[in-house]
Amino acid sequence: MTRAQAEPRTELLLALADDELILGWRNSEWTGIAPFLEEDVAFSSIAQNEIGHARALYELAARELGGDADSIAFDRRPEEYRCAPLVQLQLVPDWARTIARHVLYETADAIRVEALKDHEDAELAGIAAKIEREEVYHRLHAEMWLERLRSEPRYVEAVEELWPYALGVLDADLRPALAERVGRDEVEAVERTAPGEEFAALWAEMTMVRRSAPVGAQW
Amino acid sequence: MIWEVFRQERKGQPFVHGGSFHAPDQAFADAYAREFYARRQESVALWVVPRDAIHPIEEFPDEFDLKYRRVDGYSIKARLKEARARAGATEPADAEAPAQPASERT
Repeated sequence: MTRAQAEPRTELLLALADDELILGWRNSEWTGIAPFLEEDVAFSSIAQNEIGHARALYELAARELGGDADSIAFDRRPEEYRCAPLVQLQLVPDWARTIARHVLYETADAIRVEALKDHEDAELAGIAAKIEREEVYHRLHAEMWLERLRSEPRYVEAVEELWPYALGVLDADLRPALAERVGRDEVEAVERTAPGEEFAALWAEMTMVRRSAPVGAQW
Repeated sequence: MIWEVFRQERKGQPFVHGGSFHAPDQAFADAYAREFYARRQESVALWVVPRDAIHPIEEFPDEFDLKYRRVDGYSIKARLKEARARAGATEPADAEAPAQPASERT
């Protein structure tokens, strides 16, 4: 598999799946060290859900690309991932920025998933509807934190910093909707490009077990 | 703020205390209750209650041993035995031989 363009549908699936996998990974970095125990459990659970969404999307992509969800998730080179720069940022131990990303990502993701529910491809539309049913609770979680933190200087600053990244999660045609929902002006987005060094470190850790095990190992 | 959660496993069944946790307000409490007590579909409904809303009652004096008020105040076993003795029977009816010979049963 190379960075070369696959079918548009597969490109879309991979971008979506990579976003969910990497955000799930980043959020799971809080497991054990979240601000308090209850949040630790809840945030870890949300992280697992995101990875579950990634898995379902990879399985769909695997039908075209061959292999299975694991091989697509773990056997690509770092430069082959399509994830948006927003989800790649390592934000531990900054809870304000983590929540800012959570709120911005969930808002952007809602717009993207809503659009996908009307996709001409029935399978893709179906999976979007399933994802949407779980994301409702992620958004409730994000919103309750937003209510708590919205006027905290550290949170405001974090949203300011991450806003161009949030725009980069969506295709250009969906960005005005995000700007409207968040109540900010559109600025130049941080676009999806080949991932950088911060991602390479994540990739090395994420794929370590897979790379060290013999091909075809069963767990 | 401490919250108590009661969970119902199936429709129609009684709510049973599931546990408790800290949360700053109802929105957080609802979100955490959902994650802790229903994420694996182990509940069909939850009651999420601030602990302060619960009024505990723990004193139930019983100074004069009024055990005849309880359903276990009389031993039904002893009364049955007496009744059988009066009727002249020594064994309960179900101890009799089976209605059909063993060979005819499948």
